Amino acid sequence: MVENYFPVFVFLVVALLFSMAPLLLGRLLGPSRPDPEKLSPYECGFEPFEDARIRFDVRYYLIAILFILFDLEIAFLFPWAVVFKDMIAEGAHAFYVFGTVMVFLAVLVIGYIVEWKNGALDWE
Amino acid sequence: MMEATWQTLATWFGPTWPAVWVLLKIIALLIPLMLAVAYLTFAERKVIGYMQVRIGPNRVGPKGWLQPIADALKLLFKEVIFPTQANKGLYVIGPIMALTPALLAWVAIPFGENTWIANLNAGVLFVLAVTSLEVYGVIIAGWASNSKYPFLGAMRASAQMVSYEVAMGFGLISVLLVAGSLNFIDIVHSQAQGRFAEMGLGFLSWNWLPLLPLAVVYFISGVAETNRAPFDVVEGESEIVAGHMVEYSGMAFALFFLAEYANMILVSFLTSIFFFGGWLSPVGFLPDGLHWLLIKAAVFLFLFLWFRATFPRFRYDHIMRLGWKVFVPITLIWLFVVTVWLLSPLSIWR
Repeated sequence: MVENYFPVFVFLVVALLFSMAPLLLGRLLGPSRPDPEKLSPYECGFEPFEDARIRFDVRYYLIAILFILFDLEIAFLFPWAVVFKDMIAEGAHAFYVFGTVMVFLAVLVIGYIVEWKNGALDWE
Repeated sequence: MMEATWQTLATWFGPTWPAVWVLLKIIALLIPLMLAVAYLTFAERKVIGYMQVRIGPNRVGPKGWLQPIADALKLLFKEVIFPTQANKGLYVIGPIMALTPALLAWVAIPFGENTWIANLNAGVLFVLAVTSLEVYGVIIAGWASNSKYPFLGAMRASAQMVSYEVAMGFGLISVLLVAGSLNFIDIVHSQAQGRFAEMGLGFLSWNWLPLLPLAVVYFISGVAETNRAPFDVVEGESEIVAGHMVEYSGMAFALFFLAEYANMILVSFLTSIFFFGGWLSPVGFLPDGLHWLLIKAAVFLFLFLWFRATFPRFRYDHIMRLGWKVFVPITLIWLFVVTVWLLSPLSIWR
């Protein structure tokens, strides 16, 4: 099984080299004429003002938290989805393969509805 | 003839042959992929040109066919700027983190029954995990630039990408349910079974028909995930110039571009494999083959370009509403429907 992943590691090395080579080539072949104006942050021609690391909307943070919850949920459901048909074919009781996951999903859906009602998904 | 050549090569390289063989396969994938990326930019300009009653680029080479080569050469000889305020290390890692996962995901994609580089039994999980890494390229680039437009662009991009990843993931669970496997080849095989496939109407037994809402959600999420129009607020040039790419120039900028187009092609291939039968022939009397996969992917790539020429850009709050309040409920409801369908006597996936 592990040897199936050997091409993946080779590909990872190739992909990394493939991503770095153009940067290096560009650095070697391109001109290098630094200029304080050219190297200053781009702000549509205005003098850059204040720090760029400004405060940002807390909703981005909220989206990140929601994403972690939902993505974990997906990660939990993947193995279940893969074995579902086999378990039904082997005659497992529908409650074990269906009911348990539906309870799990119901918990998520209740949380989802609460988020929706609280306005966590609004962007106005 | 071919067999004999491989034999001689294998004896030449001795014990290093497996590694060399893998390397050859990788090169055989990367060169067409890079050509496809280059000519996709050309196709985009041509297609959008004709849709806007222009003829598009036609100066470099016969009918403009050397345009992408000229573009690449131009970018190669442009200065790579390192802004004074940028965090140098992260600034370099940004584009590399964008392109490497975009290429790495291709290792698991099968192109036919026996044509693949790595036949992973958890292929879907691998591709999902690797494509999730792309968001880091955007965030790192936006943060390291230490400039306002890239920072805002990166925040928007990452929130948008993760939101649509949720919809994509939930959509895929139903595909896995009906296929019963995480392996791409098994997923394609599962679509070759059923009443319609036996009647010689294979295209009616592919996943797109029973999972129609998910196929639509998956492809639209793919468009949003790659930050393409009409979901391209990330680089909404009228608001935040080019988002996280503002401070990048020359080849560093080209890497983001390559990553975006490689991802477009990847999403087209994945949609074809998950919902449209991969390399399976749509009708019984024609043989299966790689050409079917390429045709299907080309159709989806054309859709990408068509979307860009047709739809006005979404507003950011509309994008987030579509992702969280429309797509997530649709995929959850269809997940429930598919599960009940599989348990019922009417199940078509036995």
